[in-house]
Amino acid sequence: MSDLRPTLSPGQQAWRRFRKNRPAVVSSVYLAVLTLGILIWPLLLILVGGTFGQDHAPDQLSDAQFAPPSLHHWFGTDLHGRDVFSRVLYGAQISLFVGLVGTLVSLVIGVLWGAIAGYAGGRVDSVLMRVVDILYSLPTIIFIIVLITTLGELLKQSHFVTNSPFMGAALRVMLLFVGLGAISWLTMARIVRGQVLSLRTRAFVEASRTLGAGPVWILSKHIIPNIFGVVITYLALTMPAIVLYESFLSYLGLGVQPPMASWGTLIAEGVGQINPIRIYWWLIIFPGGVMVATLMALNFIGDGLRDAWDIKAR
Amino acid sequence: MYYLRRLLFAIPLLLVISALAFALVRLAPGGPFDNERVPASPEIQRHLLAKYHLDEPMWKQYLRYLGDLAHGDFGVSLKYRDHSINDIIAEGLPVSMTLGGLAFCFALGVGLPLGFFTAANRGRWPDRVGSWLAMLAVCVPGFVIAPVLIMVFAVKWHWLPVALWESPLHMILPTMALGLYFAGQVARLMREGMLSAMQSEFVTAARSKGLGENELLFKHAFRIAVLPVVSYAGPMLADLLTGSFIIENIFQIPGIGVFLVNGSLNRDYTVVVGLSLLYAMLLIGLNLVVDFAYTLLDPRVKYE
Repeated sequence: MSDLRPTLSPGQQAWRRFRKNRPAVVSSVYLAVLTLGILIWPLLLILVGGTFGQDHAPDQLSDAQFAPPSLHHWFGTDLHGRDVFSRVLYGAQISLFVGLVGTLVSLVIGVLWGAIAGYAGGRVDSVLMRVVDILYSLPTIIFIIVLITTLGELLKQSHFVTNSPFMGAALRVMLLFVGLGAISWLTMARIVRGQVLSLRTRAFVEASRTLGAGPVWILSKHIIPNIFGVVITYLALTMPAIVLYESFLSYLGLGVQPPMASWGTLIAEGVGQINPIRIYWWLIIFPGGVMVATLMALNFIGDGLRDAWDIKAR
Repeated sequence: MYYLRRLLFAIPLLLVISALAFALVRLAPGGPFDNERVPASPEIQRHLLAKYHLDEPMWKQYLRYLGDLAHGDFGVSLKYRDHSINDIIAEGLPVSMTLGGLAFCFALGVGLPLGFFTAANRGRWPDRVGSWLAMLAVCVPGFVIAPVLIMVFAVKWHWLPVALWESPLHMILPTMALGLYFAGQVARLMREGMLSAMQSEFVTAARSKGLGENELLFKHAFRIAVLPVVSYAGPMLADLLTGSFIIENIFQIPGIGVFLVNGSLNRDYTVVVGLSLLYAMLLIGLNLVVDFAYTLLDPRVKYE
């Protein structure tokens, strides 16, 4: 009977397999809920207004310092009496936004770099790949700290920033995702190059070329659609890495600057409050927990996609 | 012969890295003498710049630096001028390496058995729980697990010291905090390796000869499955050494990472370039050692 079923495209087959992967599906639901929460919570604060809206505004100071989690403040309050739940959701905005855009930056650089190297071959290929090798041998964390502090200082001096604090904050975030994207494209470039290299010599591409197709046509019609699965999988695995880098930099005080908050700065504030007398566990457990859950969800989705597209580990 | 070529290739690589770091730190506005406790007069500033040759064109500074480097001299810290970079390395590196080495052992000691165990129970609930734990370990950053460990074991229960680096007891929490992520990675690699090894032909052949399942797992599959872990060991050691500064910072451990972060913030040019180079050297050296270990474990691997 099986031959009566309509044939499925690779994408549809992958989607079928992905739907059967329980951790990946649960993770997708979690991320959807988190995204909804990020979008709806600020609206809710405005709509409900009154004391509720006031008490839960992320920057609203109050006398309720270090209140433990309760019905009113679900995640407790911090040193300045600010609602931790609100701050975690507002921090999620920045963390996920930087993660998403940084991933897209790495996608553009990585795919272009890899596709050009693989398609051109020969000398171009070896030069481009040597560059990747050199960048691979840089100690990533050190490199990024030096890069971000340097660019951050340059930014501070530019007249945009001295003129308006808003521009300063916006440029700071932009710096983060450009910088993080710029160091995260290496694996993508290697994988895309390998795929393009093997696809280029396949019969259907040869056929298209003998029929007079140019490189742009071949790349866009034959190569790109065929590497889609690999690319989307590594994209899903790159995003948690970038979210982690961002929180790491913000933890060190090199990322987003107050009054903006991301998960990294929230955790840093919690760590600053550790003392031998009282334990303010909610300052670390909640921001840290939401971040860890998000990273796990992204990784489970990445693993699910890899299994769904049946991509062999390198 | 192959290793000799790799070593020779490392020299231009280190030159590129040093030039890159050298240019990058100087690109940032502000200099190492901007935030002195007593603001120096322009006169003194100029003398300071002249003393450390910072008034020369950049290429000249770089060549001078390379010349000193050839004599094994990394220069003097511009911020803490009574410390040479060699002093900083001599003081901090042993501490960082002890911490990194302990975390390395922790990662292998926890990761290898966990990966082996989950693969041996593939698809059953021990596998699900174990794989989930490994994923959790990979997703918990050091700056989250370290404060949690401190709050639980040091502040709440008083079992272990909160910070500092004085006795073996002080080493337990930092080692766990640093090694946890890598333990998760090792477990995941080991599980993947075991699963693909169990499907390979030589294992099927051994099984058809009537070998017991335990003997298959331990004697045959393990040796192949451990290879991905071995190739991960080099980058892992390098990451443990370069990535330990957050842990060093939280536990107030006098390692080398603190100098690097502060140096970067203070425009301490020589510290940043010197330590970046040190890390790059470690990375290259460790990768070489790993590739060599690979040929010992898997005789099929040969480098031209």
